[in-house]
Amino acid sequence: MKESSPLNLYKFLPKTNCGECGDETCMAFAAGLIARERTIDECKPLFDPEKQKKYGKKLAQLKEVLAPEVSLIYLGTGDQQIKVGGEDVMYRHQMTYFNKPPFAYDVTDAMDEADLVERVKLIHSWKKFYIGNWENVEMVAVRSVTGDPDKFAKCVKKVMENTDKPLILCSFDPKVLKAGLELAAEKRPLIYAANKDNWKEVAQLAYDYKVPVTLSSPFDLDGLKSLAITFREMGLKDLVLDPGTAPNGEKLQESLQNFIKLRRAAVDEGQKDFNYPVMSIPLNAWFTTDDPVRGAYWESVLSATFVIRGADIMIRHSMEPHSVMPDMHLRFNIYTDPRSPVKVKPGLNKVGKPDETSPIYLTTNFALTYYTVESDLGSNEIDSYLLAVDTDGIGVQASVAGGQITPSKIKDSFAEAGVDFEKTSHRSFILPGMCARFSGELDELYKYKVKALVGPEDSGRIPGWMKTQWPPKWEEE
Amino acid sequence: MGEKKIKLSDLNKQLADMGVKSLEGIKIEGDIELEIETGAGGVGPLFAYYFGAEVAKVAVQLVNMAKAFGYPIDSLLQPVAVAGAIAPAEIKAAAPEIPAFKIPDTLAKAKFEVGTDATWKHQIQEVQLGATKAEGGSRGHVIKIGGEKAMPFFYDAAMPNRPVVTMDVFDMPIGMAKAVKMHYEEVMNDPAEWAKKCVNEFGADMITTHLISTDPLIKDTSAKEAVKVVEDVLQAVDVPICIGGSGNPEKDVEVLTRASETAQGERALIASASLNLDWEAIGRSCAENNNVCLSWTQLEINAQKELDRKLIKVAGVPRDSIVIDPTTAALAYGLDFAYSNMERIRIGALKGDQELAFPMSSGTTNAWGVREAWMIGSPNKEDSDWGDRMLRGPIWEILTGFSLAMAGVDIFMMMNPIAVAYLQEITQSLMGLIEAKTPDTTNWITTEA
Ligand code: SF4
Repeated sequence: MKESSPLNLYKFLPKTNCGECGDETCMAFAAGLIARERTIDECKPLFDPEKQKKYGKKLAQLKEVLAPEVSLIYLGTGDQQIKVGGEDVMYRHQMTYFNKPPFAYDVTDAMDEADLVERVKLIHSWKKFYIGNWENVEMVAVRSVTGDPDKFAKCVKKVMENTDKPLILCSFDPKVLKAGLELAAEKRPLIYAANKDNWKEVAQLAYDYKVPVTLSSPFDLDGLKSLAITFREMGLKDLVLDPGTAPNGEKLQESLQNFIKLRRAAVDEGQKDFNYPVMSIPLNAWFTTDDPVRGAYWESVLSATFVIRGADIMIRHSMEPHSVMPDMHLRFNIYTDPRSPVKVKPGLNKVGKPDETSPIYLTTNFALTYYTVESDLGSNEIDSYLLAVDTDGIGVQASVAGGQITPSKIKDSFAEAGVDFEKTSHRSFILPGMCARFSGELDELYKYKVKALVGPEDSGRIPGWMKTQWPPKWEEE
Repeated sequence: MGEKKIKLSDLNKQLADMGVKSLEGIKIEGDIELEIETGAGGVGPLFAYYFGAEVAKVAVQLVNMAKAFGYPIDSLLQPVAVAGAIAPAEIKAAAPEIPAFKIPDTLAKAKFEVGTDATWKHQIQEVQLGATKAEGGSRGHVIKIGGEKAMPFFYDAAMPNRPVVTMDVFDMPIGMAKAVKMHYEEVMNDPAEWAKKCVNEFGADMITTHLISTDPLIKDTSAKEAVKVVEDVLQAVDVPICIGGSGNPEKDVEVLTRASETAQGERALIASASLNLDWEAIGRSCAENNNVCLSWTQLEINAQKELDRKLIKVAGVPRDSIVIDPTTAALAYGLDFAYSNMERIRIGALKGDQELAFPMSSGTTNAWGVREAWMIGSPNKEDSDWGDRMLRGPIWEILTGFSLAMAGVDIFMMMNPIAVAYLQEITQSLMGLIEAKTPDTTNWITTEA
């Protein structure tokens, strides 16, 4: 959607201010639509069968206006359903990127069963905690290495027994794809791929099995567009574009430029006949090397390239933590909504079931820092209190440098939170290691009646710190 | 308009008699009358929406069968007896036509065209770092950064200069992540040797000497004493240099102005002037000694504009002697802010904001402050295995730097030699500077990786 004025959406709404959507007025709902906080189906009256005479046309028009610039397709079913594409902006600060490109990790029909099952389980169970949530791998790409439909079917079956994550079925041979679709079509996999040679057969499969299909035309955008238009005219609109991912050399530069061109055509120029989600294949990094470290590093770097500039879905290979983790984080960072708040509410919170003997930690109210400390305390079962000092959402190191956290501010924050150190058994609190230089001044501020202990610089080291430093030792008074 | 009425139950019977399998299993209750109108149309999605997919399927069959029976069919289905709810006129208008699935003989002809960004009318200032003897310095060569007319690696306009890496050297041993320390252990006490190693073995384009021992809370080395290290480094290597302070806002003014005098005429990058110290003194000393001033702000585009403006207008720093550092927050630790702040700055500059049109610098070394870069394992017991930190760390620095290269950074302050090599390789690849035979990946599906 290019529209940025609620007024221009308001005119398509019923204008009755009935309140059914939860907003008091249609105008407020229109503003919600602009902010992408509301979806059109929340305005029930628009869909009321009895009112179609009145609203039918407006609804159709509104849907058109609201449609994302990069079209949106769905892969998988049920709670494993994934959105692909649906982007509206060229640069994330212009609003946000909406749907992070799913990472599909490959398995092949040439793997022996034990290896296959082990790898699928690894893909399925991979997780990492970050800012209050779990990050996961989204998909499995099944490659037909043997070219044998039966072997492919067997492999797909095994994969489906071990994960309910959506699949990409990969082969240029329609017979192989068909064998996979027989088993997996109901789960709405993506098929890879139709190209200039097999497109008729693959189009028929996409139609017969009602599945989204990838169009592949490496380094030939005219050819890619020609495929896309042909498929669209056949009524096949759930398309993904593969413009080619070259792993090195000048062709790599060309690959990136093609991604930029496709995103620009869809978003900046509104080329509606060629605005489908785009696939990148960083797995191709493995064509450049046999060295496992080099391969994983280069795959990671290629992934970053295309996460940042316009890939909507990716096929990857390395499940090594040093490759998956950084790419997951990069994707998370790039797809974080810049409009969302990054602060937590300042104040004192409990972790676990603390009592008067429990340690009292403090950190800033930068959401990332706060959740990190909280998870380090929580996952290590340290019953404790955690004070979030209001630094306006700035992290510890930066707020020490910028003066958003100071000894007197810490004292005030404890007072505001109603902490009475006299009632604790230890009369102390624990500073982040980055605030070490505050400890002397704090001791003075508290007239040496409360100890400002210096904790580790990284909260991940709190468990070790507790072993040697907790509880604090007071000299006999 | 001619009309014919078909009773569903009758038709179904007929179909069943004819052995039409696809209707089996669908119970049709009651007598649904379908009024088939001659005119344009078909069974559209709206129909399916109101009556459910099952009925829609039946209807499709009916249309086809009815055709076979000779009913006048090129028509829109108008179910009247089901729900008086439907407003016929609206449906007719809204239901798009779904043509039968037909595969054409040939692919459609198509030509893809896309323009460039017409709003990018302005160029980023080009800045020279280092000065040769002839130019009044002592460097073996100079480096130019900036000068872009488009976002990095975009096809709109080629980048005139490649991104460069300046490697960190400290004037005293400091704590480092294991994956970094292993490369410097034997030179940690000798900044000159350290600098040489970075240039000769690790391909550093430049050297940054951080005078951290001057911090009153560390060693409180005097400015006079500290700048000797700058002299040593200038002697040891002939690449352009950068000089950093300790981060103490009071002491840095003295240390950096002194360092700027020591490096007079070298076009050294002085790191840095910021709004919370005496930027004017630092700016002036850069201008007077022909050095380049690094203008550092904290993730705040308006502060960046303000400081740049002050450096130019008040401190008298020439435009060709300013590099900006809008702050690097590392991967998984605020990278999103740093990335978008820089991308906004660069796009603003290309559109004509002169207060932002300077080459950008990134303190990429910040990546090593992120726990995922250096910790042995996850403090969260439920996380998947974090793997080997010796492999994890360098890539944290690579991705932190590289993503900011995509946002417009021209010069990277880095530490890990592996990270430096990858950053240079990917940025130069994306500029088309690295010749490599691209393997044929057409058959990636069948590769036995
Ligand atoms: S439900 Fe629709 S009609 Fe009712 S107030 Fe909301 S937007 Fe307006």
